[in-house]
Amino acid sequence: MRVLLSAQQATFSRAGEPVFQPVDIEVCGGGMTVIRGDNGAGKTTLLRLLAGILRPSSGRVTRRAGISFMGHGSAVKSELTCRENLDFRRRFAPSRSGMDTSAALARVGLAGHGLRPAITLSAGQKRRLGLACLLVAPTAIWILDEPYASLDDRGCGLVDELLASHLGRDGAVVLSTHQRLPQVKPGAQQLVVKRFRALS
Amino acid sequence: MNLNAMRALLLRDLRLAIRHGGESLMPLIFLFAVIILVPLGIGPGPNLLSSIAPGMIWVAALLASLLPLEQLFRPDLDDGTLEQWWVGGRFPVSLVGIRLFSHWLVTGVPVIAFAPLAAEMLYLPDGALPVLLASLLLGTPILSLVGGLAAALTLGTNRGSVLLSILVFPIVVPVLIFATGAVSAAADDLPARAHLGLLGALLILAVTLVPLTATAALRLNIE
Amino acid sequence: MTFHRLKVAFHRLGSPPTFFRLTRLLPPWLWAGFAVTALIGLYFALYVVPPDYQQGDSFRILYIHVPAAWQALFTYVVMAVLAAIALIWRIRSVEIMAMACAPVGAALTALCLATGSLWGKPMWGTWWAWDARLTSMLVLLFLYLGIMGLYAAFEDRRKGARVACILVLVGLVNIPIIHFSVEWWTTLHQGATIRFFGESRMHSSMLPPLVFMTIAIKLMFGAAILNRAGNDLLDQDRRKNWVGRYLGDKP
Repeated sequence: MRVLLSAQQATFSRAGEPVFQPVDIEVCGGGMTVIRGDNGAGKTTLLRLLAGILRPSSGRVTRRAGISFMGHGSAVKSELTCRENLDFRRRFAPSRSGMDTSAALARVGLAGHGLRPAITLSAGQKRRLGLACLLVAPTAIWILDEPYASLDDRGCGLVDELLASHLGRDGAVVLSTHQRLPQVKPGAQQLVVKRFRALS
Repeated sequence: MNLNAMRALLLRDLRLAIRHGGESLMPLIFLFAVIILVPLGIGPGPNLLSSIAPGMIWVAALLASLLPLEQLFRPDLDDGTLEQWWVGGRFPVSLVGIRLFSHWLVTGVPVIAFAPLAAEMLYLPDGALPVLLASLLLGTPILSLVGGLAAALTLGTNRGSVLLSILVFPIVVPVLIFATGAVSAAADDLPARAHLGLLGALLILAVTLVPLTATAALRLNIE
Repeated sequence: MTFHRLKVAFHRLGSPPTFFRLTRLLPPWLWAGFAVTALIGLYFALYVVPPDYQQGDSFRILYIHVPAAWQALFTYVVMAVLAAIALIWRIRSVEIMAMACAPVGAALTALCLATGSLWGKPMWGTWWAWDARLTSMLVLLFLYLGIMGLYAAFEDRRKGARVACILVLVGLVNIPIIHFSVEWWTTLHQGATIRFFGESRMHSSMLPPLVFMTIAIKLMFGAAILNRAGNDLLDQDRRKNWVGRYLGDKP
């Protein structure tokens, strides 16, 4: 399998100190890596580093395909309706092969909510809208920060289904989670991020 | 960066501005508040007012352009849409440029459109009106660019607004000088082309350098 | 190749303890040099140089005013060079040095404005005139204050330094434009501009104290920024081991 995303001894420094201990990662098409670690260990920073939002302070990160990144905020504009949010994401992305907006809304369980302003959505519904963004603007690599956060059981099941079908299309996934592990076959690699402590 | 993304961002920014409605018009209302306060403060004498009209309109436009800067990038930072610009390791100069352009469309263009009214209220000589409009057309984009740069620089701080004005003020001194110089010259029936030419040169300089610099500053601030 | 060697040298200097030692080693010598040159300069300025036939004794303030003005501008150049190095090679000690320049530059600019104002009252009959140079210096003061404010507004001091370094470079592009625009503005509004020294040439006896005072202020500038940079570094690294060792040595 082709390696889509890799990092060699990569870390990111804030205020002159590495945030976490240098990380090695290799994610192939059809492969998934789950990032685990304590609160404040640097999971979000690592994901942002892999997504290219941050540049490594040392080591290197190589991306060989398009990337979608879903952070804490789900990147949803609360003044726009669900449909407008998705339409924007489709036009914003370079690819043109995404799912139709209505189909994407139905897929994440928001059918009939298309004209609702996103500000009226609950936290879980916002997450679902964030997931729909991954469908309308498809890329090979998904980087998801706590995709299970604020979702109910059915929502978590939905994430697992989406992950499974993405992996089935030879996509690659890196996600962080602190509670639930993805229940997807084949099993994911796990990577534990450790907070950097200066040697005294 | 592809053109579709730029167009999508521009349309979305304009749609958000329309949706914010009254909030987007605040700078214009503020401008007129200043224009109305001046005669109330110094008296309604047409001679005095017409001699200070170029400066007053420009100072008011400058202050009005500062108002919406705090909101230029911060909402996008908070809801995570700003970091999307960098996903994939891009350096999104064109998106930053589009954002600054849409800021000008929303705050600069209404000021230009209503400038004739402000000029009439302060008795600006009729002959100077075309030059006033030309100076605003060349000058307000610089205000948006410089203001956007200051907003990008202060994005990572939590006391942006006061700092913003202090950062903008020294940088826009030349804009104010050349713009009011042009209008005053026209009011005295003198040629204003040199002033406007210099203002145009400043605009070219700002268009060339500001988006790059602002992108670098934003990149540091989202880290 | 030379660039590479320069970079390596900077990085070696950039190790906090090494850089800190430097900021504690040099200033005493610089302060001593400042004291000697300033005393010589002031002696010449106040006792040796004869009074001016027009201005009497009041012109003597120029021996503070002029070196302060020169150094206020030169400080910006130094700060901009340091800022460029800091942004390109991301060297922490250079970032700290660049940021140490801003308050010193602001103080020198304020000194220049204050002495100019003191001189202006007896000469022009007013504390303030919208003269091109005075106005330019006033704008420069605000530029310095903006840089200091921006640096101070960040919790992450390194990020603050890097963002403020960008502003320093923006200001560098802007200062000549500001100066040109303000000159243009005063010629339009005032007809004949009042000039500090007019067309008159300085008498040769006036020159030595000016040279001494200029050197003195340069030495003071060097000492002040090194002191500031050292203190800033100590403050930022107060939880680091090397600071503990340093403070432990001197209880």
